[in-house]
Amino acid sequence: MTITDETPETIDGAARVRQRGEDAAVLRLSEAQAAAIGTDATTPDDDERVLLNMGPSHPSTHGVLRLMLEMEGETVIRSKPVVGYLHTGMEKQAEQLTFLQGCTNVTRMDYASPFFTELAFSLATEKLLDISVPERAVWIRMLMSELNRISSHLLFMATNGMDLGAVSMMIYGWREREEVLRFFEKVTGLRMNHNYIRPGGVAADLPDGWKGEIEALLELLPPRLEEYDVLMTGQPIWRERLQGVGTLNTDEALALSATGPILRSTGYAWDLRRDQPYLAYDEVDFDVIVGTYGDCYDRYAIRLNEIRESMRIVEQILDKMPSGDYRVQDKKVTPPPRIRIDQSMEALIHHFKIFTEGFKVPEGEAYACVESPRGELGIYMVSDGSSTPYRMHVRGPSFINVQAMPHLMRDSLIADVVAIISSVDPIMGEVDR
Amino acid sequence: MSDETAAAEEAGVEAVAEKAAVDLRFGAVVGESHGDVVLHASVEIYLEVCREAHADGFDQLIDLTAVDYLTYAGERTLPGGLTPERFEVVTSLINHVRRERIRIRTQVSADEPTIPSLFDLWPGSEYLEREAFDMFGITFADHPDMSRVLMPEDWVGHPLRKDYAVGAIPVQFKAASNER
Repeated sequence: MTITDETPETIDGAARVRQRGEDAAVLRLSEAQAAAIGTDATTPDDDERVLLNMGPSHPSTHGVLRLMLEMEGETVIRSKPVVGYLHTGMEKQAEQLTFLQGCTNVTRMDYASPFFTELAFSLATEKLLDISVPERAVWIRMLMSELNRISSHLLFMATNGMDLGAVSMMIYGWREREEVLRFFEKVTGLRMNHNYIRPGGVAADLPDGWKGEIEALLELLPPRLEEYDVLMTGQPIWRERLQGVGTLNTDEALALSATGPILRSTGYAWDLRRDQPYLAYDEVDFDVIVGTYGDCYDRYAIRLNEIRESMRIVEQILDKMPSGDYRVQDKKVTPPPRIRIDQSMEALIHHFKIFTEGFKVPEGEAYACVESPRGELGIYMVSDGSSTPYRMHVRGPSFINVQAMPHLMRDSLIADVVAIISSVDPIMGEVDR
Repeated sequence: MSDETAAAEEAGVEAVAEKAAVDLRFGAVVGESHGDVVLHASVEIYLEVCREAHADGFDQLIDLTAVDYLTYAGERTLPGGLTPERFEVVTSLINHVRRERIRIRTQVSADEPTIPSLFDLWPGSEYLEREAFDMFGITFADHPDMSRVLMPEDWVGHPLRKDYAVGAIPVQFKAASNER
């Protein structure tokens, strides 16, 4: 290809992602149009573009992501992610559930990092209720979030390795993740979909001996991460496979509303934990990991090092965990303790009322956001004064990051498509909701 | 222009602002909600407000959604004499340099649910606007691909509208042998 002044290389990043029509990286084609192309019986010429369908059931599409790829030989020109296969109307359902039941609903969205959605939901509800939770609850929430970030990134390590042919990585990542999930099970009763962080605090206090468990975990993980470095980071095959693949620059990432590791991989240091701190992140010390080239390798390296940073935060939480109550003692939102229910009729009624009718939340609207392993996870909530949200909207980072895929895939080989999907790390439960 | 007329004009502008007793930012009425800055706009000024916000350094569109206020039980009063409409498009913007967020709430009427697309300012609005169209039936003018994103392409209706009933579709199971 000869480079002339008109080639897209001369257009700045934001303008490139703003393109429409034939030049755009995004294939904007309806099902009917795509089907019409497919039934065209004429044999394609050598230089003709072919429309290729990938997914929704493909082992490397992380669930049910489907891609329409416009190919020229082995090169992807335009592409269209087709989503919605897991759509079950969770935002509509949230309007039927009380604020207390809401967490059980939202925790199923991003199933790899359920605490974050619970947290964002609780923060939005607490904003509307105008209550602040006790110190210990804040730090427990932080502890669980950071452990969840570790488990989520470990899952990424596993699937990323698997997608690229480092098949043993699948077992390794899963093994370490299970250690973290074991702790979750001890605290919340469940490995996933915990419904642990609730409006007003957390569901239960940390169990006896939690510190020992975490210390064991913090001892176990570093050598395993070093193993990952040996297995992947330094491996020439691994580097060849990822470096320079699926690049994005800062302007493009910002224009595409990309957040999290995708934005940070372009060298832009933006992390809500540091830049707009929530919980008690301003009281702990950690670094924001950034990349340089915005390629798949940077996104991999960022996640690997974020595990280390999260471990640093968890270590500090161990030292600083305050004592006290794990939920707010506001009788409006908190049910009476179990022991009181046996002693007092009023407590029994109170308990019954909170779990059947729920508590009423004042009129208003609020937006609360947290830094999930995939980017900014926000919940926009409107209440009309009843005990169910009038409207609950989730700004799922996976959903918004998916629209960066066509731009990452532009002009790359079909074999790299798998690497790119993997490095975006979408959780389809959150994409489709 | 003489100093006198300029002064008189200035006084006139002040008088208007005083009469409305509202602050304006990018031409939209400034409000507040639980510590967040909220701008209230109408469809007519929406694009201009966004354009000015973009020029002011709001470099990322972080969120865009809609709300259907059809059955809202609470009271709806908007500052600056804006008329509440059935739909509201909520756009959240972020300025990374000043670490500042604003939220623009735009009233969209039920008779003509159309609002300009922000694709040319922030291309990241593409999926979010498609989702709002899919769920609420609000059309975004000049959007490159105004199609459904989560629901099937041939779906009828917009599920998150308040007059869209929650229901179940009966599932037809294939006749299973009951030998056990």
